[in-house]
Amino acid sequence: MRAFLLILLLAAVPAWAGDSIVPKLDIGRGGQCVEDPAFMRTNHMKLIMHQRDETVRKGIRGSKYELTNCVDCHASKDNNSVLGSNRNFCQGCHVYAAVKIDCFECHSSRRKIPPTALASAEPASSKVAITEVGK
Amino acid sequence: MSKVNLDRRDFLGKASVALGGLAIAPGMMLFDFAQARQPGEPASSAVRWGMLIDTTRCESGCDDCVTACRKENGWPEPQAATDVQWIRKVEIKQISTGRHVNLPMMCQHCANPPCVDVCPTAASFKRADGIVLVDKHRCIGCRYCMMACPYKARSFVHEPVLDHDSDMPRGQGTVESCTMCVHRVDRGEQPACVEACAKNGSRAILFGDLNDPNSEISLRIRSVTTTQLRADLGLNTGISFTGI
Repeated sequence: MRAFLLILLLAAVPAWAGDSIVPKLDIGRGGQCVEDPAFMRTNHMKLIMHQRDETVRKGIRGSKYELTNCVDCHASKDNNSVLGSNRNFCQGCHVYAAVKIDCFECHSSRRKIPPTALASAEPASSKVAITEVGK
Repeated sequence: MSKVNLDRRDFLGKASVALGGLAIAPGMMLFDFAQARQPGEPASSAVRWGMLIDTTRCESGCDDCVTACRKENGWPEPQAATDVQWIRKVEIKQISTGRHVNLPMMCQHCANPPCVDVCPTAASFKRADGIVLVDKHRCIGCRYCMMACPYKARSFVHEPVLDHDSDMPRGQGTVESCTMCVHRVDRGEQPACVEACAKNGSRAILFGDLNDPNSEISLRIRSVTTTQLRADLGLNTGISFTGI
């Protein structure tokens, strides 16, 4: 019986490792992350958790590990947010990993758009997305 | 005692001469050093932020400070007594003489804050620069601080917050109050209420560093009679008033 289970398990491993199950994420603007992506996948929560105390209690601002920086880079260009669908950066991976995100109960999940940026030359697609969010 | 470091003395001597050159007279500099901190620098206890409110300049019926605070920090217009209100306009009347005084009422940013004393999770705290805040990551919503505050300055968020602001995170089930616009102060700006009051010409609220003897607020406090509300409680509020 035990051997049978082992065979079943081994048979299932290639399916986990396959690309088809890994969530397909909209990484937003993307680009160079503050740390190596593999490191961020396992440690982003520790960095944010540490930074939140530094910022709230000591008043240290301007760190590269700020949550607003995550959102700035990774908010989807479609809805300007890291949440909304299972393709959105934070939601997509957290749904896949079945881990609840508490951050956005209080924090904004949307990229902060300076008023001047609305009028500036942005690609047409993101302009549409911004007006939808703003209404 | 260890060997005297002459290089260091030499450097300090030259540095003081160089700094002295920038000063026109004692306490008067050619330019004002920017108050915004460098990225990564924590709030310093060398500073104590405070406000001086001139009630004689605070007009009846004007609530520009309240509107500016709502807009800046994203709290909705209060509909019920239990709704969130970080700052409110109060009109007081001396019964014997019938004299009316208007003033804005918010967190007084006490040096000895009772809200911090009673908080069971240390969510309520005073930052090094004297600003009293709620760490919402720790707040369990017990509301002891609301009961302890003699100024009724704190509110509980009963409803879910739907429209979040990037600078001021707010969430259901936590207590909140005036933060002295800590995000603006950290950028070297003035709180939103102070800016709004100056914009409409009243200039009733003066914001500044109480620890700096040459700041405008310290000079004013030294030259006119000021009142702290409920001074009998010995809380040493960061906000004081004139004209009451």
